[in-house]
Amino acid sequence: MTTVSRPTAVPAPSTPDGAGPAGPPAHTPRRRPSLRGDGAWPWLFVTPLVAGVAVFYLWPILQTAGYSLTESGPFGGSTFAGIENYLALFADPRLYLSLANTLLYTGIVLLGIPLAVVLASLLNLPGLRFASLYRVLFFLPYVAMPTAVAMVWRVIFNGDFGLLNFLLGTVGIEGPYWISTPGAAVVAVAIVGLWSSLGFSMIVLAAGLKNIPPELYEAAELDGASRWRQFRAITVPLLTPSIFFVTIITVISSFQLFDLLYAILGSSNPVLPRSMSLVYFFYREGFVDNDKGYAAAIAMVVFLIIGLVTAVQFRLQRRWVHGD
Amino acid sequence: MKTQPHAFARRALAATAAATVAIVISGCSAGGGGSAPAEYEAPDSDLEASITYGVWDQNQVPAIEENIALFNEQFPNIDVTVNVTPYAEYWTKLQTQGSSDTLPDVFWMNGPNIGLYGSNGLLEPIAGAVEAGDIDPANYPEALVDLYTIDDVQYGVPKDFDTIGIWANRALFEQAGVELPEGDWTWDEFQQTAADISEALSAEGIYGAAGGMDGQTTYYNTIFQAGGTVIDGDTSGYAAPEAQAGIQFWTDLIASGGSPTIQQLTDTTGDQWFTSGKTAMYWGGSWFRSALIDSDLDVTVLPLPTGEEQATVIHGVSNVVSATSQNKQAAQAFQVFLASEEAQAQQGEAGAVIPAFTGTQGAFTESMPDADLQVFLDALEYAQPLPVSNNSAAWNAFEAELLPQAFSGERPVEEVTTELAEQMDAALAEE
Repeated sequence: MTTVSRPTAVPAPSTPDGAGPAGPPAHTPRRRPSLRGDGAWPWLFVTPLVAGVAVFYLWPILQTAGYSLTESGPFGGSTFAGIENYLALFADPRLYLSLANTLLYTGIVLLGIPLAVVLASLLNLPGLRFASLYRVLFFLPYVAMPTAVAMVWRVIFNGDFGLLNFLLGTVGIEGPYWISTPGAAVVAVAIVGLWSSLGFSMIVLAAGLKNIPPELYEAAELDGASRWRQFRAITVPLLTPSIFFVTIITVISSFQLFDLLYAILGSSNPVLPRSMSLVYFFYREGFVDNDKGYAAAIAMVVFLIIGLVTAVQFRLQRRWVHGD
Repeated sequence: MKTQPHAFARRALAATAAATVAIVISGCSAGGGGSAPAEYEAPDSDLEASITYGVWDQNQVPAIEENIALFNEQFPNIDVTVNVTPYAEYWTKLQTQGSSDTLPDVFWMNGPNIGLYGSNGLLEPIAGAVEAGDIDPANYPEALVDLYTIDDVQYGVPKDFDTIGIWANRALFEQAGVELPEGDWTWDEFQQTAADISEALSAEGIYGAAGGMDGQTTYYNTIFQAGGTVIDGDTSGYAAPEAQAGIQFWTDLIASGGSPTIQQLTDTTGDQWFTSGKTAMYWGGSWFRSALIDSDLDVTVLPLPTGEEQATVIHGVSNVVSATSQNKQAAQAFQVFLASEEAQAQQGEAGAVIPAFTGTQGAFTESMPDADLQVFLDALEYAQPLPVSNNSAAWNAFEAELLPQAFSGERPVEEVTTELAEQMDAALAEE
């Protein structure tokens, strides 16, 4: 913001004829802050960021879109193929299988958000001892390397010697071979995904909780509202902007599921072809089968799906997110 | 009239660009079939150059450093930098390097990938060095020389080799009261032994053997032993009854209880079952030695059982030179040196691998005196090369996807192998 022109929050009463773009510019000097007035400086300041985004994000997206229209060899040398890759892709049952697996994974990981709301509220209770310790403990999985996390969970999920089936055994339940049963494998990966994303959601939600004015709780207390009532009537509604943000981030990262799945199931797992995610499907086509054009088409479809889902979420948010 | 020179320039530029693209494209496809006349000349000892050597096994770096020291006695001014990339990322990285003409000057190549790199013109043939008499293919196992020959052009010089044997835990045989087999044995004897041990030690959760999820160490061997093929020219060998018999072998092993189930083997791999003392026998490569050398297990090696015939899979890494290397003369000199008897003897002394040069393998067998490592060398007589094609990864993925359904008994072997053969044929036709 420039300090010179000092824009006011209240719109200045403007003459009706000068408001439209049709107004002759020479006669109506506008007081609106303009980039032009500052010369090249603002552009210089944003250039590093814009250049970074353009080179590392926009250009690759365009390139991928271009590749998706080609049939390419393993070491380059591509020929134009039009929309053939897309036609083949939409007829490929593996696309729908991997989409279904990705949705199942996303659905399970999203269950972590209500859980995170409850846990974040509990951690925010006044007078809770060791609150920071708990916060660290919940956040640790988020900063741990996915591959390392996966190695540990592989052992926990082991059908014969794993901790999980041992614990289930003590209460008389015979656990399945988690990572080698079709069906169970995606659920197992999603459990880990839920567990490791919980910390991030909680930190964001905890920050949201801090923004809720304590007077509201005091007033509610005076009116005789129970803790549960306060949670439902004050905490949740006022937290919706944070919940919305966490939901968007969780959905996007869930659609990009690859490393956890790859590392937990292992590349030689016979159920992998039946449990693959969209991005694993992309990896397999591009880097195992060397079909780069087809893989680029998958990447574009994933890109569009994520864009679409996010757009829909932004649409729906008006119904449930409380504005400021 | 002012626009004309502009238009002309633009058109000329477009034409140049088109020509460049055409050259690049033709350059790519031309590499496929023919081999350019090999240019090779042993460099003078004062050649100055700096080259890179791409490898994936950190365990072998000490032996490689020794190799380089000896190489530098001959060529003191050639500087060799070793780049180690873990195996899991090695091929992804190499493919990116191959696409951008930034391959290491000299690097390791394996069987499943040689077709891809050789047929796309990324590698320098060794014909020149062979003609000059600096490399003699007769010094290396023939199966390996064949493996690295694509369309009659040899690209790689074998560096080491591995064959498959059965690693056996003596203590578990004793505990089960089962006699350790001696000398050659048959498929039936193997199956019986595995089932007997499983039965005797079932209370401890110990199995006789471990079934296979991996072609090279398990089912490729039994397919060859049944007289079948995995890949026959341009088509899949899986539709033939011999190949089906080779697959059936593993289905039977699991069905009889001689091996843990496919699910158990997915959760805990066969080598882990063996190294934890939970299976008495494990079909494994000679490379498995390094996993056992420091363990407390009392192990020995048995030859693979004989089906219709005796067979084992042989594979080995080779050293190749990039076709686009900036220092090709130095790179080829290093490749020639690594192929030499003295360099491979150094590799053998280090014990990590069996060197490929005939007569340098003695040190390997002595590196684990209690185990009969000689089995791996004797296997050379009946060894068959690892089945590969120009894009092996594509059909390897089908094997990994379909065969476990046959091993587990979920679907009949014949049905699975027929489907596999169809998918594999389609993949091979695309190559």
